[in-house]
Amino acid sequence: MSGEPTRRATLFGGLCLCCLPSLARSAEEVDGRFTLEEVAPQTFVRKGLHEDASAQNADAIANIGFIVGRDGVLVTETGGSLADGQWLRAEIAKRTDKPIRHVVLSHVHPDHCFGAAAFLEDKPNFIGHASLREALDARGAFYRERLEEILGKGRAGQVVYPTQAVKDGTEIDLGDRTLRFTAHGVAHTPCDLSMLDTASGLLFPADMLFVERVPSLDGSLNGWLKEIERLKGFGATRAVPGHGPVTVELAPALGDLSRYLTTLRDETRKAIAAGISIDKATETVARSERERWTLFDTYNGRNVTVAYKELEWE
Amino acid sequence: MRTIAAFAIGLALSAGPVLAAGAGDSDAEREARWGEIKQSVFKDRAVEKTDTLVSIDAPARALDAALVPITLTMPQKDRVKGVYLFIDDNPSPYAAHFEFGPAADPSEVKLRVRVNNYTNVHAVVETKDGKLHEAVKFVKASGGCSAPMGMSDEEAMRGMGEMRLKFGGDVKPGQPVEATLMVRHPNFSGMQMNQITRDYTPARYVQKLSVAYGDTPVFTLDGDISLATNPVINFALLPEGRGPIKVTASDNQGGRWEHSFDAPAVSN
Repeated sequence: MSGEPTRRATLFGGLCLCCLPSLARSAEEVDGRFTLEEVAPQTFVRKGLHEDASAQNADAIANIGFIVGRDGVLVTETGGSLADGQWLRAEIAKRTDKPIRHVVLSHVHPDHCFGAAAFLEDKPNFIGHASLREALDARGAFYRERLEEILGKGRAGQVVYPTQAVKDGTEIDLGDRTLRFTAHGVAHTPCDLSMLDTASGLLFPADMLFVERVPSLDGSLNGWLKEIERLKGFGATRAVPGHGPVTVELAPALGDLSRYLTTLRDETRKAIAAGISIDKATETVARSERERWTLFDTYNGRNVTVAYKELEWE
Repeated sequence: MRTIAAFAIGLALSAGPVLAAGAGDSDAEREARWGEIKQSVFKDRAVEKTDTLVSIDAPARALDAALVPITLTMPQKDRVKGVYLFIDDNPSPYAAHFEFGPAADPSEVKLRVRVNNYTNVHAVVETKDGKLHEAVKFVKASGGCSAPMGMSDEEAMRGMGEMRLKFGGDVKPGQPVEATLMVRHPNFSGMQMNQITRDYTPARYVQKLSVAYGDTPVFTLDGDISLATNPVINFALLPEGRGPIKVTASDNQGGRWEHSFDAPAVSN
C-alpha cells in the first residue's frame, strides 16, 4: 500500500479535477455563497438555496443556524452534507468560543440531517423526535448512498442518531434562555420536531413550514394540516421556516402553506371520487398553486401521489 | 450540469441520479437482457413487435420510483387473451400477467409498479390465436424496489387483505363498467431493510388475484415483487355475469383473502 497513494496522487495531479463536477465542490466553495443573518439576539440563520441537491451546492438547501446561550451553543439545523455542517461549524467558531452543547435533528430528511457528522467531535447532545431513530434506521443508509452518488464518495457524511429522544415535549436551558421542543404527530414526515425560543419568541417549525419553495409531503396530509393548527397555538408571531427567508411572519406564512395543502387535499379527494386515476391526478391537482411556489413542477406531482395513496383509503 | 431533481427533501429519488445503475447501458445490452427474459418465460415461442395490439403509457421520468403508474391499452380487445408486463432491469423482471375471462373488457388496464433502475418496460400481449406481440417503453426511475416504506413492518401489514372495489361512471346495460380494485398488502420486495432487526424484510407479495362476476371470470393476475405497496388495479368488466363480484387474493407466504362485492347497479 505504501507506494500506491503517492503514485495515484501524481496521476490525479495531472488531471484538472475542477472540471469533474462530482468532485468539484467542498466546504470552502460553499463558503463564498452564504452569509449568516442575526435574526434575533445571538440567533443566526443561513438561508438555503431553492435548488435540489447537486455536486455544486453540497446540498446546502435548508435554512440552518445556531443560538449562542450563556452556557453554550445550540445548533438549530445541521445542514445537508458533511461540507455544509463543517461550514456552519466554522462560522460558529468565528463568533464564539463557547462549546457546542446541543444539536437539533429536526427530522429525517438529508438536507437537514447530514450536516450532523461535522459536530460529532464536539460530543454534543443530539436532540430528535422519538420516531427519528427508526426513521434513520429505515432510510439513513439509503439516503447516504444516494447523496454520495450526487456529491461524490465520502462527501455525504455519516448518519448521526439522536442521543436525546423527545416523545411529547421537553425543554433545554442555555442559562439565559429556554428552548421548548415539541414532538409532532405525522405531518411533513413521521418525525418532525419544532422548537420555540422562549426568550425571543421565535418559532423554529423546521420543514413543517415551507415559504417560497413548494412544500414536500412525505408524512400525512391530514396530519400536517392538524399540526399546523398546533403550531398556531404556540403564541409565536415570527418563525424561521425550514426553507424560505431566514424569518417570516408566522400567520401569513402558515396561511399560504395551509392553502396549498388544503387545495392538494380537496382536489385529490375530488379526483378520487370522480374515478380519476393517480397518473392523471398528478397532472391536474393543485395547478392553481403553480405560480405561487418555486420548484412546483419538480414536487407537486409527487405530492399528489403521496396524497392520493393516503386519501384513497379514506 | 443537470441538478438532481426531487431528491433532497423527500424520498423522491425517482427523478434519477445521473449515475443511477442501468442508466449507461447500451441499446445492445438492453436488447440482450430482454432476449434473456423472453427466453426464460416464453422459451422458443416467437414474439412479434406490435404498434397496434398493445401500448404502454408510463411517465418517462417517474415521480415516485416505488409507485410508478402504468397503463396498458389494448384497442383490439376481442383478440386479447392476456398480457404480460416486464420491468427488464428490476431484480425480478416479471412484474405481472393478466389472463382475461369472458366478463372482462381488456381494452385498458392500469397498475402501479416499482422501478429500480433506468429500464425498458415491456408488455407482451397473447392473442387468442396463441401468438405473442411485444411493445416497449423506457422509464427513468431509481431505487423503487429498495425504497423503505417509511413505517414499521407491523404498520405496513396492518389491515392486510382488506379490499375495496369502486365503479366509475353511469352503468348502462350491455356497456363495460370501469372498476378500481384496491388491496391492502405491503407487497414487501425482499429488498427493504427492517428498521428494528436491520435485516431485510423477507419478500411477501401478492401472487395471485382473481376477479369473477358471479361464476364468470373477469381476470386473474399473477403478481410479483414489482407491484407497489397496496396494489390498485383499474380494469373494465362486462355486465355478463350474475351475482356478486368475487375477489380472491393470495400471497407467497400462504395468506389468502376473499371478498364479495355487490355488482354495479344498472341505471336505465
